[in-house]
Parts: sequence; C-alpha cells; structure tokens
Amino acid sequence: MSGDNILNVDNLTMRFGGVVAVNNLSFEAERSRITALIGPNGAGKTTVFNCITGFYKPTSGTIRLNRDANRTVQLERLNDFRIARQAKVARTFQNIRLFPGMTALENLMVAQHNALMRASGLTFLGLIGAPTWRAAEKHAIDQAKRWLDRISLLDRADDAAGNLPYGDQRRLEIARAMCTEPALLCLDEPAAGLNARESAALSELLLSLRDDQGTSILLIEHDMSVVMEISDHIVVMDYGVKIAEGAPSAVRDDPKVIAAYLGVEDDEVAAVESELGLQ
Amino acid sequence: MTSTTPELTSTPELTQAPRLPGVAFILKKALISAFVALVLFSLMIGVRTEAGPTGQLIYWTRFGDLAALVVAVFGGSIVVELLRQWWGRPGAVRTLPPPVQRAFDLAGRAIPPLLLIFALLVPVIFYNQRYILDLGILVLTYVMLGWGLNVVVGLAGLLDLGYVAFYAVGAYSYALLSTTFGLSFWTCLPLAGILAAFWGVLLGFPVLRLRGDYLAIVTLAFGEIIRLVIINWQSLTGGPNGISAIPRPSFFGIPLTPGDDGLAARLGIEFSPTHRIVFLFYVILALALLTNWVTIRLRRLPIGRAWEALREDEVACRALGINTTTTKLSAFATGAMFGGFAGAFFATRQGFISPESFTFQESALVLAIVVLGGMGSQLGVALAALTLIGGFELFRGFDQYRMLVFGMAMVLLMIWRPRGLIGHRAPTVFLKHSQAISSELAREGRG
Repeated sequence: MSGDNILNVDNLTMRFGGVVAVNNLSFEAERSRITALIGPNGAGKTTVFNCITGFYKPTSGTIRLNRDANRTVQLERLNDFRIARQAKVARTFQNIRLFPGMTALENLMVAQHNALMRASGLTFLGLIGAPTWRAAEKHAIDQAKRWLDRISLLDRADDAAGNLPYGDQRRLEIARAMCTEPALLCLDEPAAGLNARESAALSELLLSLRDDQGTSILLIEHDMSVVMEISDHIVVMDYGVKIAEGAPSAVRDDPKVIAAYLGVEDDEVAAVESELGLQ
Repeated sequence: MTSTTPELTSTPELTQAPRLPGVAFILKKALISAFVALVLFSLMIGVRTEAGPTGQLIYWTRFGDLAALVVAVFGGSIVVELLRQWWGRPGAVRTLPPPVQRAFDLAGRAIPPLLLIFALLVPVIFYNQRYILDLGILVLTYVMLGWGLNVVVGLAGLLDLGYVAFYAVGAYSYALLSTTFGLSFWTCLPLAGILAAFWGVLLGFPVLRLRGDYLAIVTLAFGEIIRLVIINWQSLTGGPNGISAIPRPSFFGIPLTPGDDGLAARLGIEFSPTHRIVFLFYVILALALLTNWVTIRLRRLPIGRAWEALREDEVACRALGINTTTTKLSAFATGAMFGGFAGAFFATRQGFISPESFTFQESALVLAIVVLGGMGSQLGVALAALTLIGGFELFRGFDQYRMLVFGMAMVLLMIWRPRGLIGHRAPTVFLKHSQAISSELAREGRG
C-alpha cells in the first residue's frame, strides 16, 4: 500500500464538542493522481479538507505529506499558513475566496508572496529597487501571465477579480493556488455552480494539471460527471466514516455508496424494522 | 427622501419627455417636510422655557421664528427636489461626452504634480503671511499623519482609533531625548520613528486576533492608556505640565537664531524669524513626501500587496502561506513609525508639548481624513487633509456655527461620495493598462 503516496491520512478523527464530524478515517492519495473525496452533504468532507490544510487541528490521527521519497511533513503538527508555506499544500474554497478588489494579475502575484518576499530582501532590497528584486518581480509576472494564459484569462488580467464571471473566478482561484507551486492541490467543489460546458473545461484543466504539471490533486466534488471522468481513485464518506473506496467504476456500483446517496429500498427498511420489532 | 416614484425609477428614454416633474408631487413632498419641521421645531424653537428667579418655570413663545423656519424648510424642500430632478436619478450612470471625459482625466492626472508645485511654492508666495505659513505646516502635519494611518486603515484594513498614541510617543521621544541628553533633532527623528514603531508592534501583539469593531475599541483604549501614562508619570514626562524648552531644529547643525553663528549671519543676510517657519515648512513637506514615497513603493512590493490582500480576505491569505501575524505587525509598525516622525516634528515646532495635544479628538480627526479621502488613496488623503484642516480655519469666522457647517459638509460628502473623495483603487501592477478599480469591489477589511 505504501507505494508512492503524496498523502497518508491515518485514523483521523475530528470532534466538535459532542459531534464527531470525522471518525477514524484513513486513506491515501497517490502522487500525480487525482483523488476524489465524495459523499452526501454533511458527510465531513470539508472537515477533512480543513484538517489537511491546517484550518482545523485534528482531535487525533496523523496526516503525512510525502513531498518526496525522503521528505515527509506531519501536517497535523503544523498550523495555519505554515502548511501552505512549508508543506506546499494549496487549496481553493467552496465559496470562492479571491481578493475581489484586486486585479486577476494581482491575485496571482499575492500567491507568490513568499518567494517574492525573499527576493525583496524582506522589503528592504525592494524598497531601494535592487536589480535582484526587479528580476524576481519580472519572473513572477511572467509566471502569473503563463497561468492566466492557461486558464484563458490573459486578456482580463487587469480587471478586478470581483468583476469576473463566476466560472472565471473559479478558474482564477485554481490558478492562484497553482502559483504557489503546490505539492498537493486541494479543491473544494471546483465545479459548483458551473454549467455543463464550464464543467467540461474544468475537467480538461484538472487533467492537464495532472498530466502536464504532475500535480497531485485531492478533490471534493458533487458533480458526478466530473468526478467519474477525471478521478483515478475515489474515497466515499458518509457520517464521518469511509464507506467505500476504489476506482470510479468500482465505486459507482458499490451498494453501500448507492445506499448512502439514494437511500435503501423499502423492503430492506421493512426487514430492519421487523428485526427490531417495530412492526 | 428615497421615495421611488414612477418619474424617478423609469428608464431614461421615458423620462425624456416629462422632464418637468409634477408640481403636485413636489408640493406634497415640501408640505410633508414642512409638517415634520413644524412638529419638531414647535417645542424646540416655538416654546422657550427657563427657570425663573424664584425657581418656577417661565416660558414664552417664539411663533415668529418657528414660522420662519417652517417656511424655510418648505422652500428648501422644493429647491432640493428641483435639484434632484435636474440631477437625475440617484445612482444612474451619467456618461459624459468623450472630450469632457478626457478633460476630466487630464485634470485628474494634473492635480498631484500641480499640488506638489503649489506646496513647494507656498513659502515663496506667502512669505510675509505668517498665518498662512503656520496653517500650511499644520495641514502638512495632518497630511503626513493621514498618510501614515492610511497604511494601517486604508491598505491593511485594520481600524485603528488610537493612532494619536504613536504621535505622542514620537513627540515625547524627541522631547525627552533632546532635553535630557541634548541630542539634535536629526538624530532624534529616526529614534522617535523607531520607538513609535516599537510601540506599534507592542500594540499589535494583543490585538492580532481581534477584528473590526473589537480592534477599534482596543486601539482606542490603547491611545487613552498612553495619554494617561503621560499625565501620571510626573517624574519622567512632567505630567499635565508637559515639557517645555524643547530645542528648535537646526539647519543641519547651524542654528536658525539671530546670533553670530546663526544661519542668517553666516549667509550674510538679515535675520528674520520667518526663516525658521519656512525651514519648518520644508522639513514637514519633505517628511510627508517621504511617507508618500515609501507608501507608494511598499504598495508595489510583496508586503504591500499582502496588506491589501489581508484587507480583502484574511482566510485566503493564510491558505496562500502568508504569515498574517507578521503582515499585520508590519502594517502597525510602518504606520506607527510615520506617526512617530510626525510627533517628533510636532514637538520641535511647538517647543512645548503636553498631554492635551494627544487626545482622542486627534485620532478621530486623522481617521476622518483617511475615510473622507477614500481609504487607500494617497491623493484623496492629501485633499481631505487640506479641506478638513484648511476648511476648519476658513470657517473660523462662523464662530460657534463652525462645527455645524463642518458636520453638514461631512454628511453631504458621505451622501454623495460614500467611498471618500477618491473612490477607487489603482492596481499595483498591470499588463496592458492600469484601470482603476471601484472601491465598491474592494473590501473595507474586517480584521
């Protein structure tokens, strides 16, 4: 099982007071593959995301990120911005969180903050306009331009992010996450609110991120057409526990998954009820 | 006032013909206003009560004044309504003809250099008018304070109501260092800035977790704490008596005095006390321009972008690996440093400082300058300082009505330009062309 995993989640539990949002969850995400985390509403998917990206501190369990063969980061020990900075985990949000008053280009520049901060000598070299800083800034702008081109927003680079159409904002948020040069990209419902054409374009973008950049992607998604088309591996959650996992074709036909999404058939309910002596 | 009558909400094409509004509608509105005024003022103006010589209540009526006011409201209401009709639907997009638009753009670009040239020439033009020079120094001090606070409030979106604390720290740093150790103004100036920045960081630490209103209240308290410490630490600060005989600044070592070693004597010109005022004017102008230059530079550096990103969305900043703690602290420290510079200048200009100069009113005034100017806009802050401080002096003749005029002006400004005089933000970097972003999009910062 160890193989080449980018992420190992072991016995992850997250409790909010009396509510167990995630219960003893273990799964792996393979390097340069797309792993999808699916499940009905309230299954605890976003909680898992927040644990991985450091917004929550897990009650128990370990989350290991293997940046390469001999560099492993224990994510549950890092907090906050350090996960993005040291472990190189980037994420997007279910409800888009761009910087609406800044241009698309500026959004991508902010994403390269840490590299630029170093190049600007913690601001002091930048303040006097040192040549090394200028070169670094040019490089950052070029990188931003490449990503804008990639998501076909180059001609709207100077528009405020808040003025872009919804689908473009979704793509811009992914580009912003990619500008941090992440080892693992976590996408929280990237296809939410997109129409069929935009979802198809999104699938294409995510596949190209995997194939061209070799990016490992962890994905929460409700849009099954997207999930089934692009995922290499699917983990299904319900009520905070993993109920199934495997390749898309296997998961699709798993009776437990079908039951979780569609409910069980009436005669099965009747059987359980009679067992309990309710009828 | 925000009635939605068919005349006002219909499309422009439809309002072309019935441009003149219904007389009945205007009269109805004016009558309602007059009635409200009658009810309000009948007791406030119409009946005057006072305690008589033996303690009984005496009153008399002033129906003449009341009638005059109600008529004034009636007439004023008609005028306002006519103006509104003439001005068009509020919020309607008014497109100007291209030449006019171009002229406006040109004027907008020309204002900053013209203002700068004017500021440089003020001592030449008004050499013999001490009052104007003093006013100029005062305005520039507030411009500098406004630009300093703009870093914290306008860029980083951290609402700081205790900015005067750093102004006080700077002023007392210079006053104490120079009177105790005999250090010169030019040595103390950076020290005052550093000390104020240090206090900025100290204030920053406890308030890092606070957002919005909570942050405002804690910073407000911090401003008061500094003032109270200054009042009560008699042995160091002289308490309410303040510190006097603070050394005047020298022209890089050469004093501006009538003596033989003074600047005037060395240059071989006749001594005049105006020399010092002119010198002070250029010192504060240079300090203000330094603040402006540094802020403009910082905005284009990663730290400045991180400040603005912090104002827009703190959670997203953290997800991008930005250390929000150091980012916030650096904003506090930078803003405080400029406040400290301004404080040191204030101390050397006055020659005497006391805690009375560092009340909450000062913080509120500087914040008003930043908000009126348009949060984050350097030009807006300069214009707001000019109008607020200059206007304050201009209306000195109105005596007790000064505050009233002032309040009215501010209310009107906030109705017409709720985002401040300059209601848009210029991007820090662009590929093809820089287009101003409306402040409607930019967040005001909750953190």
